[in-house]
Amino acid sequence: MKYIVAIIKPSKLDTVREALMEIGVQGLTTSEVSGFGRQKGHTEIYRGAEYAISFVPKTKIEIAVSDDMADRVLETIRNEAGSENIGDGKIFVYELTDAIRIRTGERGDEAL
Amino acid sequence: MRKYTISSVTIFLFSLISLAPSEAFAADKLSGGDTAWIITATALVLFMTMPGLALFYGGLVRSKNVLSVLMQCFTICCMASIVWLVVGYSIAFGGGNAWWGGPSKVFLAGVSTDTLFGSIPEDVFFMFQMTFAIITPALIVGAYVERIKFGAVILFSALWLIFVYAPSTHWIWGGGLLADLGWASDALKGYATMDFAGGLVVHANAAVAALVIAKVLGARRGFPDELRPPHNPGLVMIGAAMLWVGWYGFNAGSALAADGSAGMAMTVTHISASAACLTWILIEYIKFGKPSLVGIATGAIAGLATITPGSGFVGPGGALVYGVGSGVLCFYMINVVKSKWNIDDSLDVFAVHGIGGILGILLTAFFADASLGGNGLPEGITMGTAFLGQLIAAVVTIVWAGVASFILLKITQAVLGLRVTVDDETEGLDITSHGERSYDL
Repeated sequence: MKYIVAIIKPSKLDTVREALMEIGVQGLTTSEVSGFGRQKGHTEIYRGAEYAISFVPKTKIEIAVSDDMADRVLETIRNEAGSENIGDGKIFVYELTDAIRIRTGERGDEAL
Repeated sequence: MRKYTISSVTIFLFSLISLAPSEAFAADKLSGGDTAWIITATALVLFMTMPGLALFYGGLVRSKNVLSVLMQCFTICCMASIVWLVVGYSIAFGGGNAWWGGPSKVFLAGVSTDTLFGSIPEDVFFMFQMTFAIITPALIVGAYVERIKFGAVILFSALWLIFVYAPSTHWIWGGGLLADLGWASDALKGYATMDFAGGLVVHANAAVAALVIAKVLGARRGFPDELRPPHNPGLVMIGAAMLWVGWYGFNAGSALAADGSAGMAMTVTHISASAACLTWILIEYIKFGKPSLVGIATGAIAGLATITPGSGFVGPGGALVYGVGSGVLCFYMINVVKSKWNIDDSLDVFAVHGIGGILGILLTAFFADASLGGNGLPEGITMGTAFLGQLIAAVVTIVWAGVASFILLKITQAVLGLRVTVDDETEGLDITSHGERSYDL
C-alpha cells in the first residue's frame, strides 16, 4: 500500500477531489497548511509597514491507496492540480505498512 | 431616633451649600431637548469605548493578544467610572482655582436630580463627561499592547486620570488655567483655549502618555523587523465605524445643546472623517498601489481626532482642510515615530491622535474665523493671537502630560512592574494574563 501526501493550491482541492472519486478513491483527508518552495511568500502592508509573509497557504491531501491504484492517483492529482506555474505543489509517496478499518477491524487493502 | 453617619451629615451639609447659586449661567432652566440629546450623546460616547475602540485596537494586534486588549479597554471603563465619581469629576469641574477644581464635588456631593448645569441636569453632564474620562485612558492602550502587565494598566490609568486627565480637563473646560490665557500675554486676556471636544484634553493627553509609555516600556519583541500583521482587519473596520458613529456624540454632544451648533459639529466631524479617509487611501494607492481597509479605518480616526477641537467653531469647508491635512500628516507621522524615532507606539496613538489633536488645535485658530467659514473668533482676537493662545495651551498640556505621565509610570513600575516576562509575551497575553483563548478553531 502507498500513503500519498499531496501539497496543492487550495483552489484546486475540489477538482482534485472530484477526479479522485471518479477513479475509485474511497476517501481522503485534507488539512490547511502553509509552506513555500520556489514560490516565495508575499508582502502585506499595514499602515505603511511592510510584513514579509514567507508562508503561502496550501492544502494538504492525504490518501492511502493500494499499490495498483497508486500510479493512477498520482497522475490524476498532477493533471487536476497542475497549472504549469510555480506554486502548484508537490506529491510525496510513502510506503504504508498497514491500514485498519476501525469499525470492522479489516486490515490491508480491504481497509482502504 | 435614627443615627446618622458622619458622611451622610457631610453630604447633607454640602447639599445645603449647593442650594446657593454658584454658577453664573444666564438662564438655568431645564431643556428637555438638550437633556435628551446629551443623555443620548453619553450613550454614543460610551459606545466609542465599549466596544468601538476595543474592537479597533483588538483587530490590530495578533490573535494571541486580542482578548487582553478587549479586557484592558473594558476594565479601564469600569475603573475610570469609579475614579470619576470619587475624585475625577470634582477635580475637573468642582470650581476651585486655576489649578484644580477642589474636593467640593467628591462623590457627586451637592448634586441632586434637580441640580442643573446650564440647561441640562448636572448628573447628565457628569455622566457625559465620564464617558470622556473613560475613553481617554483607553486610547493609551494602543501604545503598550502585547507586553504590558494587566495590573500596571489599571494602576497607571487610575493615577493618570487623577493627576493628568482631570486637572487638564479643569484647565480647559472647568474654568482653570487655560480658560483665560491672560497670564501668558496681555493680548490673550480673556482668551479661552478653543478645544471644543478634546483635541488637547483627550487626544493630546493620551498621545503624549502613549509616547512616554512606549519609550519607557520598550518595544515588543521582534520590533521592528519581525512583527506580525493585524490579525483581523475586519474587526478594525467595525471598530472604526463604531467610533465614527459614536463621535457624533463626542463632538455634537459637546455643544451641550440640541441645536444648530450640535448639527454643525456633527457635520464638520463627518466631513473631516470622510476627507481624511479618501486622502489616506489615495496616499496608499500612490505609494503602494493598493488602498487598504486598515488604511481607510485609520484615516477615519485621524480625521475625527483632528476635527475634535475645532468641531464647534469651524464650518464644513474648513473641515475639508482638517480632513486632508490629517490624512497627510498622520500618515507621514506613523513612519516618523516608528522608523525615525524608533519608538514602538504599537498602534500609533501619538501619530494619529496626538498629531491629529494638535493639528486640529492649531488649525482652529484660523478656521474659527468668520472669513474662513467659522463661527467667528472672539471680539478683538486675530488669527495670529488665537494661534498664539492655542499654541501655548498645547505646549502647557503636552509638557504636563509628558512629565506627569513619566512620573506616574515610574511609580507604577516600582509598585507593580510594567512588563510581562519574555515567555509570557511570546505565548501571548490572552492565555498568560487572562487564561483564555480567543479563537477555538
